[in-house]
Amino acid sequence: MHQESEIRKPLILGNKSYKDITDDIIRPVQGKANKWWWLVFTLSATTFLWGIICLCYTIGTGIGVWGSNNGVDWAWDITNFVWWIGIGHAGTLISAVLLLFRQKWRMAINRSAEAMTIFAVMCAAIFVTMHTGRPWLDYWLFPLPNQFGSLWINFNSPLVWDVFAVSTYFSVSLVFWYTGLIPDFATIRDRMTKPFAKKMYALMSFGWSGRAKDWTRFEEVSLVLAGLSTPLVFSVHSIVSTDFATALLPGWHATIFPPYFVAGAVFSGFAMVQTLILIMRKVFSLESYINLKHIEYMNIVIIITGTLVGVAYLTELFMSWYSGFEYEQYAFINRATGPYWWAYWSMMTCNVVSPQLFWFKKIRTSLIATFILSIVVNIGMWFERFVIIVPTLCRTYLPSTWNMYHPTFVDIGIFVGTIGMFFTFFLLFARFFPVIAQSELKSILKSSGSEWKKKGHNESEHH
Amino acid sequence: MSKVTIHGIYDDDEQLKNGAIKIVGMGLHVKEVFSPFPVHGIDPIIGVKRTRLPICSFIYGVTGASLATWMMWYMMISDWPTEVGGKPNFNFLVNWPAFIPITFESTVLCAAHGMAITFFLRSWLMPGVTAKNPDPRTTDDKFLMLLEVNADDQAKVESVLRETGASEVNVK
Repeated sequence: MHQESEIRKPLILGNKSYKDITDDIIRPVQGKANKWWWLVFTLSATTFLWGIICLCYTIGTGIGVWGSNNGVDWAWDITNFVWWIGIGHAGTLISAVLLLFRQKWRMAINRSAEAMTIFAVMCAAIFVTMHTGRPWLDYWLFPLPNQFGSLWINFNSPLVWDVFAVSTYFSVSLVFWYTGLIPDFATIRDRMTKPFAKKMYALMSFGWSGRAKDWTRFEEVSLVLAGLSTPLVFSVHSIVSTDFATALLPGWHATIFPPYFVAGAVFSGFAMVQTLILIMRKVFSLESYINLKHIEYMNIVIIITGTLVGVAYLTELFMSWYSGFEYEQYAFINRATGPYWWAYWSMMTCNVVSPQLFWFKKIRTSLIATFILSIVVNIGMWFERFVIIVPTLCRTYLPSTWNMYHPTFVDIGIFVGTIGMFFTFFLLFARFFPVIAQSELKSILKSSGSEWKKKGHNESEHH
Repeated sequence: MSKVTIHGIYDDDEQLKNGAIKIVGMGLHVKEVFSPFPVHGIDPIIGVKRTRLPICSFIYGVTGASLATWMMWYMMISDWPTEVGGKPNFNFLVNWPAFIPITFESTVLCAAHGMAITFFLRSWLMPGVTAKNPDPRTTDDKFLMLLEVNADDQAKVESVLRETGASEVNVK
């Protein structure tokens, strides 16, 4: 049995039994949605609908309804794509990397974090499929035999690597998430009395019975999927970063980009997890399971990754000066003092200053401070991607090509629409799916439950 | 000799393991154990063999890597090589580093999905399959040991189960 020191703070508070865990986590699924759920759902769904309308307008009229122009050909579309993919990375990190590091505190948060990954990648996919301009030809991105002499895709290009990376990331995350959900669906199936709901959960549980061999296979599959997902999450955002790094533009062509982007992704992802989880634990009364220890640990990860991002900024600045290359030097002078200086300084304040506040224990254990700072971090990370893309593109090598970029209502509408889409799906998830991996949590009750620690239960007492 | 089915229901996984050790010690076979979460240590006691799914995953991964490598060799080097940005593409060896990301992704894709599908097929987990746990509480907080024994052994087994802490013993 997993042995844990008695002086470690317990992961499960309150005098919980296995049945309590089932009851607490299944209760929101069995009950009816309250008026707050309906209010936020209506708001999200309406925003989502507006995003769909803007998308239809884009496809119907053409990509000219966006603010992108000849010089700034990537703007809000790619900013949003990278922002959403980055947010998605925390889910995989929590489920996969923390599993490999045997961090039991991941169990209370991995289910909702992985759900967040799935929905975030879906939002990212909208941008990347729509920005091609002729989305009905998006199948050209795949190596399918065709009648152009079989014209193949360019496998040397990071844009093509992205196609494979993001699709693999999405499908593997989905499989990882769903496999973990199967035993929990079985629990709901066995508890539900309403016939239609029972049938639905029975279908979704794939007939899970909880046999010993099935559990052995389940654990092994989780372990191998974690082992596969860990390099996957690093590779996906590294590949996204090479979309920029393999280009020849000053400010883009830097080898710091892969680790910089991966750290940034984990940074913004954990911030989004904090935002969602602080609300969710309150609404569903899950404070015994997602307690201050979890919040604090996630804030510590935010300090680490935020510092990495800050160091990457310094590296970029130093290398641009040290290179002696006037175009590279100007790229950064432009970011700080050019027409988009306000975006640059927002980014610096939000990303460099705010995570450092978590060094103070009072701030990193404060729920209000965590909530506010997590939103600040996400805003900062959006500006980071914006600052990388737009100021660089509006001032490239040849001054006669310099121009400005202004988003249209369609750009803004689609982005806001994806935020609505994300929350719509997350609310549906919270309503119909168990938000905590309760079978995993039960397995650590005896080693990390507060009452069990008090009684001093450990393996030796049972022999 | 008629066989009788016995369900031994426990509230605690350690007691379940002790019970299983005693039953196996009597020379009897534990048919199945149903639990709400994985009981570590139960496999060697009741004779569940180590799963070979990770080996399958490795094989699928190698397949994925080979498939991707062959695909890119065929499309970029053999069938229609095009010069893009002056990058050398006259043979596989000079162009190979650029193929790494997609080869890696294909490895992970095939390994993960192949293993997941194999898992579902081997454990027979499909939409529409009926669950086999005899008591619905085994997905909540109860641990169930399913035994099929001769009618003569029934009383002995029942007493062993109760001694080791079974909260209920049901005979079918």
